[in-house]
Amino acid sequence: MKLDPIRNLGHSGLSFFQRLGRGNILFVNILRGSPALLLRPGLLIQQVYSVGVLSLLIIFVSGLFVGMVLGLQGYNTLVKFGAEESLGVVVALSLVRELGPVVAGLLFAGRAGSALTAEIGLMKATEQLSAMEMMAVDPVRRVLTPRFLAGFISMPLLAAIFSAVGVLGGYFVGVGLLGVDEGAYWSQIQANVDFDDDIINGVIKSVVFGVVITWIAVFEGYDAIPTSEGVSRATTRTVVHSSLAVLGLDFILTALMFGE
Amino acid sequence: MTSRTVEIWVGLFVVAGIAAMFMLAMQVSNLGTFSSGEGYEIEARFEDASGLKVRSPVTMAGVTLGRVTNISFDGKSYQAVVTMNIEKQYNQLPAGTSANIYTAGLLGEKYVGLLPGSAADPCEDEKLQAELEGRKPDLQGLDCKPQHLAQGSKIQLTQGSLVLEKLIAQFVSSFMDNKEKTKNK
Repeated sequence: MKLDPIRNLGHSGLSFFQRLGRGNILFVNILRGSPALLLRPGLLIQQVYSVGVLSLLIIFVSGLFVGMVLGLQGYNTLVKFGAEESLGVVVALSLVRELGPVVAGLLFAGRAGSALTAEIGLMKATEQLSAMEMMAVDPVRRVLTPRFLAGFISMPLLAAIFSAVGVLGGYFVGVGLLGVDEGAYWSQIQANVDFDDDIINGVIKSVVFGVVITWIAVFEGYDAIPTSEGVSRATTRTVVHSSLAVLGLDFILTALMFGE
Repeated sequence: MTSRTVEIWVGLFVVAGIAAMFMLAMQVSNLGTFSSGEGYEIEARFEDASGLKVRSPVTMAGVTLGRVTNISFDGKSYQAVVTMNIEKQYNQLPAGTSANIYTAGLLGEKYVGLLPGSAADPCEDEKLQAELEGRKPDLQGLDCKPQHLAQGSKIQLTQGSLVLEKLIAQFVSSFMDNKEKTKNK
């Protein structure tokens, strides 16, 4: 038929909005389940361990190396203008404002988001979620809410650790290897980094990223087609979509926060 | 993994995250160095405050004593009104202190530099004035102590920013004048 392409377009549009609607309903259900979690904090702690603590190593190492590379690259450029004293500002501002939340978010999506989707998707494929429903246990409250809240808690902490370790990495390279004055490194940072404008905005960014990444991860797992292929596709979609969401939201948030 | 070890790890994780945030707040940002509200406010009027920003440092002898808290425009005198917060331990600045807007380095930030003036107490002034005029000094209602800057004080002697274009324009016009003079001779 000639109308088939238009029909396909309509079909994909409809299924997109259906997924969006299911995602939003799931988000509301997860939030409604969170007060009940106070009665069972053990579930949350278990998830903070697997989402947050197990991501520590990659965050720590990446933060250190990103900070060290920023120190090297920043030094090579700044030394041309005789402004190598400002190295600390370059490292600290780029980490606190942008790289901390964004790179930690991308790593978090790859490390924790994919694991969440795969775990929940496999639970669905092996009908563990249906079994819970049979026992009158709400799988959204029992399985999804603790994972979502764990991501919500872990992401700002991971981003803060990333930024702090990165500033120290820049310090090791700049002060230790390249001979920038130690006092100038810290005092320039303190003179130019503002608590409200830079640090709080960075924390807000990381909270937003944490919510979006875990929401996408949890939804993709819960909405996956319950086959091995469906779970693998859902995992891929989690990483791709949450990385894109982090980068896109970062632009919007930066425009809102730092735009005049 | 027993739940006890899990809980310990999570506790360590949360402590590390909060410690990182604390380090960013105290060591990296200006929160550790900037004490807001602790101190007193003084005011100075400048012909030109271009380049000065809120939170620019206020220094004396190169030491930061406070920060600029507000910059506004006075529509009557067409001057910039700069309010500065001076930390409270520096409460011995003489009343005759003058304020200048300087530039740190060639392309650096603008800052307010304070130069100490006299802390002359009004009784001495009155005595001198009376001696000159040949009358008895009238010390009624005068505070016979050295005067210091305090909350709400206004700095009288000021020197605004030097704008590069203005300097160049001055230089060029004086250069042209000289040229014309030599031509006429």
